[in-house]
Amino acid sequence: MRNPLSKTIVEIKPSGIRKFFDIASEMDDVISLGVGEPDFDTPWHIRDEGIYSLEKGKTSYTSNAGLKELKEEIVKFLERRYDLSYDPIRETIVTVGGSEAIDIAMRAMLDPGDEVLIPQPSYVSYEPCCILANGTPVIIELKAENEFRLTAAELEAAITPKTKLLVLPFPNNPTGAVMERKDLEAIAEVIEKYDLYVLSDEIYSELTYLDRHVSIASLPGMKERTILINGFSKSHSMTGWRLGYACGPELIIKQMLKIHQFAIMCAPTTSQYAAVEAMRNGDEDVAKMREEYDVRRKYLLRRFKNMGLECFEPFGAFYVFPCIKPFGMTSDEFATELLKKKKVCVVPGTAFGDCGEGFLRISYAYSLENLKIALDRMEEFVKELNEKR
Amino acid sequence: MRDKILTLIEKNSRIDIAELAMRAGCDEAEVLNELEAMEQERIICGYHTLIDWDKVGVEKATALIEVRVTPQRGMGFDKVAERIYNYPEVSSIYLISGGFDFMVIIEGKTLREVAQFVSEKLAPMDTVLSTKTNFILKKYKDYGTILAKPGKDERELVN
Repeated sequence: MRNPLSKTIVEIKPSGIRKFFDIASEMDDVISLGVGEPDFDTPWHIRDEGIYSLEKGKTSYTSNAGLKELKEEIVKFLERRYDLSYDPIRETIVTVGGSEAIDIAMRAMLDPGDEVLIPQPSYVSYEPCCILANGTPVIIELKAENEFRLTAAELEAAITPKTKLLVLPFPNNPTGAVMERKDLEAIAEVIEKYDLYVLSDEIYSELTYLDRHVSIASLPGMKERTILINGFSKSHSMTGWRLGYACGPELIIKQMLKIHQFAIMCAPTTSQYAAVEAMRNGDEDVAKMREEYDVRRKYLLRRFKNMGLECFEPFGAFYVFPCIKPFGMTSDEFATELLKKKKVCVVPGTAFGDCGEGFLRISYAYSLENLKIALDRMEEFVKELNEKR
Repeated sequence: MRDKILTLIEKNSRIDIAELAMRAGCDEAEVLNELEAMEQERIICGYHTLIDWDKVGVEKATALIEVRVTPQRGMGFDKVAERIYNYPEVSSIYLISGGFDFMVIIEGKTLREVAQFVSEKLAPMDTVLSTKTNFILKKYKDYGTILAKPGKDERELVN
């Protein structure tokens, strides 16, 4: 029989996160610090709107780009929170999570041979999506000494005549790093100089603990060069609703809409009605969750400091990214041992790119109670390692 | 800081001091001082436990009693309230706006016990014009807490 598979897809490695899931799910009494989604239920008033929409029989497709009222609310939200101004009709599209937006943005923008700069450590889907869109991923390795921010020098060094697009994943999963206005200004200058575009994945934008998030699209000259991606999963604790959006130049959104229309049709209708409520009356929920995450973040940092684990202070998302290099183990070995000996599940930094070696992603999307137990176990583990050394 | 401490202990009076300090953004000694001061000032009036007695299988009867009264000349409602709340059977009493004056909450072992209290103690008082007794059949949520077991964490272990 002929090989039924595409070479392109076969050559793409499966996500490194999966391995730990497989081991951990075989064990009892595992405490996980491994998830990349909020622990809060979607606020009730939002769920209730979803239910109400079903009761009213709102069960058909919406227009391809999404409900008009939702797009209008998204645009208002982006304006009140990040000082952005988009046209809800021509510059906005509602997608199946931020993930779909990443995929269709790349497919709309890339031709074979186009290089896409992907800073790592970062979310696992940029590289595969780029390859599937016939682009060539070029990895920029972010450095702990820069607190895993992207510098203009790193960016400039990676640019070739083929470079077309920069993925800008901040606040960052897995490091928790943020880019402040001054960092973005330096990047924007390089982007303009080399006539590049930016795919700014701002899915964690509502979860920052220093200052309010700054979108690169809000800097002068950058709106025309940026596809902004965001969604409801992290901010409103709505991962399972599968709802995100992209905003950007009409020229690009129009082509993204074509792919979306043929491949997806429209984002889930129930989710869209719920999201209208999230945008209209959800700011306070987000503030409450942010406050709770911040308490946990500070708690973890203190515990790691007491354990003697080096860790830069992350100001975004819900991850900390401690360094385990002094123990002379790889991230994978450390995480595997920690799981087997203490039943604490974390994700090795290498799941997010080779330069994540020597680091662990610790999620604090867990109750403080849970974190306490996990950190106690981790402390024992580190102590035992130190005694052996 | 007081607001913050009170909001936290109102939800969980057994929260440990370290966590309380961390959440209120001050040190542990300060928290202890504030707690003690607020106890002295009767801002903190007690620390109670929320119990779902149904699960223990212990019979309890709780009634919300709407009471209409004649306020006493020169003493208003307060004196009437005092005569009612001094009975240990009364667990709460509130002055209410609307169609009646007091909401009295009575807890007893049995319906009969509660009914007896109403008919023998409460209703015969000179100032009481009428009473209407509403028994609680089932408690779903009390003091902001849903009594049903919370759902399990259904997220994947890693993602």
